Amino acid sequence: MLEKAIKGNVLYWGWLFFLLAIIGVGAGAYMMQLEQGLGITGLNRDVSWGFYIAQFTFLVGVAASAVMMVIPKYLHNFKAFGRMLILGEFLAIAAVSMCLMFIIADLGQPQRLMNVLLHPSPNSILFWDMIVLNGYLFLNLLIGWVTLQSERKQVAPPKWIMPFIYLSIPWAVSIHTVTAFLYAGLPGRDFWLTAVMAPSFLASAFAAGPALLILLGLAVKVFAKWDPGKESIQALAKIVVYAMSVHLFIVACKVFTAFYSQIPDKLYHYKFLYLGLDGHTTLATFSWVAIAAGVIAVIILLNPRNRQAENVLAFSCILILLSTWIDKGLGLISAGFIPNPMKQVVLYTPTQPELLITLAIWAKGFLILTILYKVAVGVKKEIEA
Amino acid sequence: MKSSRRKFIRMAGFAALGWSICPSLAGAAVEAGPKLYFKGEEQLSATQWAMAVDTKKLTRQVMNKCIEACHTLHNVPEIDSNQNIKWLWIEPFRNLFYDQSHPNLTDMANKPFLALCNHCENPPCVRVCPTKATFKRPDGIVLMDFHRCIGCRFCMAGCPYGSRSFNFFDPRRYLEQLDPEYPTRTKGVVEKCEFCAHRLDKGQMPACVEASEGALLFGDLSDSSSDVRRALRERYSLVRKPKLGTGPNVYYLI
Repeated sequence: MLEKAIKGNVLYWGWLFFLLAIIGVGAGAYMMQLEQGLGITGLNRDVSWGFYIAQFTFLVGVAASAVMMVIPKYLHNFKAFGRMLILGEFLAIAAVSMCLMFIIADLGQPQRLMNVLLHPSPNSILFWDMIVLNGYLFLNLLIGWVTLQSERKQVAPPKWIMPFIYLSIPWAVSIHTVTAFLYAGLPGRDFWLTAVMAPSFLASAFAAGPALLILLGLAVKVFAKWDPGKESIQALAKIVVYAMSVHLFIVACKVFTAFYSQIPDKLYHYKFLYLGLDGHTTLATFSWVAIAAGVIAVIILLNPRNRQAENVLAFSCILILLSTWIDKGLGLISAGFIPNPMKQVVLYTPTQPELLITLAIWAKGFLILTILYKVAVGVKKEIEA
Repeated sequence: MKSSRRKFIRMAGFAALGWSICPSLAGAAVEAGPKLYFKGEEQLSATQWAMAVDTKKLTRQVMNKCIEACHTLHNVPEIDSNQNIKWLWIEPFRNLFYDQSHPNLTDMANKPFLALCNHCENPPCVRVCPTKATFKRPDGIVLMDFHRCIGCRFCMAGCPYGSRSFNFFDPRRYLEQLDPEYPTRTKGVVEKCEFCAHRLDKGQMPACVEASEGALLFGDLSDSSSDVRRALRERYSLVRKPKLGTGPNVYYLI
């Protein structure tokens, strides 16, 4: 089926070369990081994780969200998702690949990566995260490829694939739960020390992932001239608005706990995130943009008529992506490390090489996604022709 | 097809046979490897090493001598940014004990103290490390294996005391003098105070303790006649963030 990826129009090849150009620039920046060390990033002794780990955390959510189509399709026989499901699974593959690349980009000694396998440490959550992420990548590659292949041959998917499909449901939940546990179990990091970490991760993921999928579905409709179907897009839109409402509710619960208890250990992190500490208010500005974008999107999308208008739907999905990305990609990590264990504010700002490497990994993800979507849409069109 | 399969099985059989003839090879390799805990005659041993910091004897001069002794001995570079390395450093009381201080504790709040790794009884850094690059010795010292660390910095997120540093750059770039007694590190690995485990193994006290003019006491917590235990009996003491349950083994005598 891969041959479908090498036949495309000028727009397709232009897009691929554009992505390759970004990847090339980022690769140069990464060579610099390999040569000089993580000192070229804005990370420091107090904020020891930053942009890379934040992107990884956001993208795990995007990957996990494929389950929001698998459950209706395979547990409730919701046929409308059958048409679009492969786009969700291929998005998961691209997202998990980006996650793994971001983790590697964040390592100080990437050539020692295999030490995680050579000296397995089951008490480390990172060990389990490695297992669930790679497992999820494998599951989606297998399920996506096998189901697409049988679709092409116009036969029912083989029976042996069903256990893998059912396994992929709890597995999707596990990737985001385990990632939340990376943060949730640490003593002295009061911002992260909450039992709602995993549920809040899942809620925002089930908003962000399907929102991105709606945008991708609409993009496929415009650029590849293949319609993923109104019914599936509308079903996704409902998932987005309810998941986003739950996410905003959990944010409100966390803010209440911090501000009403007034316990400094917790409060200072929330003050930094929403009000600013010691005059540092940049992150607070972003946080309010995130809240506003999320609330506005929910208000728009609760009205069915707005959901049905595709341009309004697309606009709201962009707002939701912006909101959830700021929440995880900026707020979560920074506010977790600031203030530091001595209750001092040490700031973190990503540097230019760090941003270029980040951008390049996103570009690699989109490259994988484009090629996979080209194959999937090609097969779908072939059957329908 | 059939013959090649047969050939494969035969080859696999020979390979297995070869392995079974020389199983001692694997064992021999382990035997010959370095022993983790060298029990030399002079080695100082303990059930749980601990330090007591006599804050009344801590003057700027004494503290600087301790830091100097530690950082030269361990080839700790001076880096003038927040990407720096600290094994032993000065921190005011209110930062170390912000949960045990109040606004009217004026004199005490600004008093400079020494800070270092607490060598916790239940160390979160060891719990979160995905490669066992940071581990606890039977005598309670939390050590780093600089050659196994992959630089994920999970231990830094796990440590509630800010006691760990990361080599953002090659530290050798910042070292004017090298002490050949202790290895230098590479870029991309985490490091921290090791209670001078290598000195204890040679029968010596930690470098900072030797330089401290009596301000730092060091000994076995399970030995009731040790310096540390005697001091803890006689003086009021604090540990950092006791409510976290990590069990710090650095005590501050007030």
